[in-house]
Amino acid sequence: MGHLSYEESKKKVFQGLILLGAVTLVEVGLSLFGKGYIISGVEDYTWIAYVVGLGLIVLSLYKAYFIIYEFMHMRYEAKGLALSVLLPTLLLVWAIIAFFQEGGSWKDRRDQIKEKDAEPAQEQGMLPDDVYRIDNLG
Amino acid sequence: MATTDTVVEHEVHDEKELWSGAKEPFKASYGKLMMWYFLLSDAFTFAGFLIAYGSLRFSSPTWPVPDFVFKTHPFGDSELPLIFVTVMSFLLIISSVTMVRGVQEGHRNNIRGVVFWMLLTILGGIGFLSCQAWEWNNLIGTEHMTVTRNPFGTHTEAGVYLNEDGTESSEVFEAGASYLIHKAGGHGHGGDHGADAGHGGDDSHGADDHSGGHDDGHGADATAAGDFEGHVVDQQGFIHRKYKVTEGPDAGVVKSEEFGPKAFGALFFFITGFHGFHVFSGVVFLIIIMLNAGSGLYVARDNGHEMVEKIGLYWHFVDLVWVFVFLVFYLL
Repeated sequence: MGHLSYEESKKKVFQGLILLGAVTLVEVGLSLFGKGYIISGVEDYTWIAYVVGLGLIVLSLYKAYFIIYEFMHMRYEAKGLALSVLLPTLLLVWAIIAFFQEGGSWKDRRDQIKEKDAEPAQEQGMLPDDVYRIDNLG
Repeated sequence: MATTDTVVEHEVHDEKELWSGAKEPFKASYGKLMMWYFLLSDAFTFAGFLIAYGSLRFSSPTWPVPDFVFKTHPFGDSELPLIFVTVMSFLLIISSVTMVRGVQEGHRNNIRGVVFWMLLTILGGIGFLSCQAWEWNNLIGTEHMTVTRNPFGTHTEAGVYLNEDGTESSEVFEAGASYLIHKAGGHGHGGDHGADAGHGGDDSHGADDHSGGHDDGHGADATAAGDFEGHVVDQQGFIHRKYKVTEGPDAGVVKSEEFGPKAFGALFFFITGFHGFHVFSGVVFLIIIMLNAGSGLYVARDNGHEMVEKIGLYWHFVDLVWVFVFLVFYLL
């Protein structure tokens, strides 16, 4: 790395190790917390699951940013190169998150259909059978 | 290395000149640029897999709970959810750090340093592969999970397990409780364990056969295929415990445990297998490049050991993919 001295670069690398290790431990702790291992009963609240999920995604994206920018040296690359790689990658991340939500939506639709199937047929609004007899038309 | 230590000799005055040929518009060598774009294409492949995983998982009525499935680990009897995969994550993170040190030494043309740090990276990679191999062996050999069979299930309604004589036992569970279908005559999920702490209800296990031989302590009938009072044994020898539903529209009905969603096995083995294949090929390339570096080949090329940097990019990509696989499979 031409921008930092050798000694500074070495130090930064090990700081990176501590940082990534710490973030990983926080992620695991957060995941176990969301499942109720640290405070029991937490797993019954759906809003906590969403907050924990969001937190995990944010932490993982931060790890990804750190690995790409520092370890893979993207910070020092030309802007064109960085954008040509990062923009498609961000779109991919968006696609992954979108399809997680899509899967949830499929399940909800399926459950909704099952519910509706179970309901008794409504008579209201239906025309009486004899309306369609040929002598009754017009 | 074109972007760091050398001085730019020729000032480029406008964009047209930069892009008119025989220049490096992105100030990176051909090899490095192509490595970035290869990694981008690989990211698309993995994203495809993760999208398949996400849409299948969240559209399934139930899905195996990761901290229930992944709580075994080598060297010990205790069950610690997610500890093993956390260790695997650390192995890859550490190997990424050693890789960066190797690249730094390469910039100074320090051959011994390059070889040393790359060796550590290789060891980290081999360690990761060994852990993954243990995990696979555990799931396939002990838990009998395959690409088409998933013995980890989740209850969708509350119920109570039946005893061997058909009466209701004291083992009650709520909807959302996890269970593991055992195979007759084999070892179960890390031995006897009681209530799954902090989880919807008791986790259960079938007729655990801990002795190696035929006498399983439940009587000789428990292992043959058939419909028994407290459980059903299928043609492949799996024990599906019977339970009576206690709530909901099916209350009072006796059902038997079913296998969990099939997709789980296929997705798990394909995605971790594909990633493991990348780690393996990465280790092979690391060995080759380390040996080349050791011979002084890259000093002769005088590009600041750019080859080491390129394989470093690949290795960090492998680590990065693991960050997301780890997140999606084990944490969420």
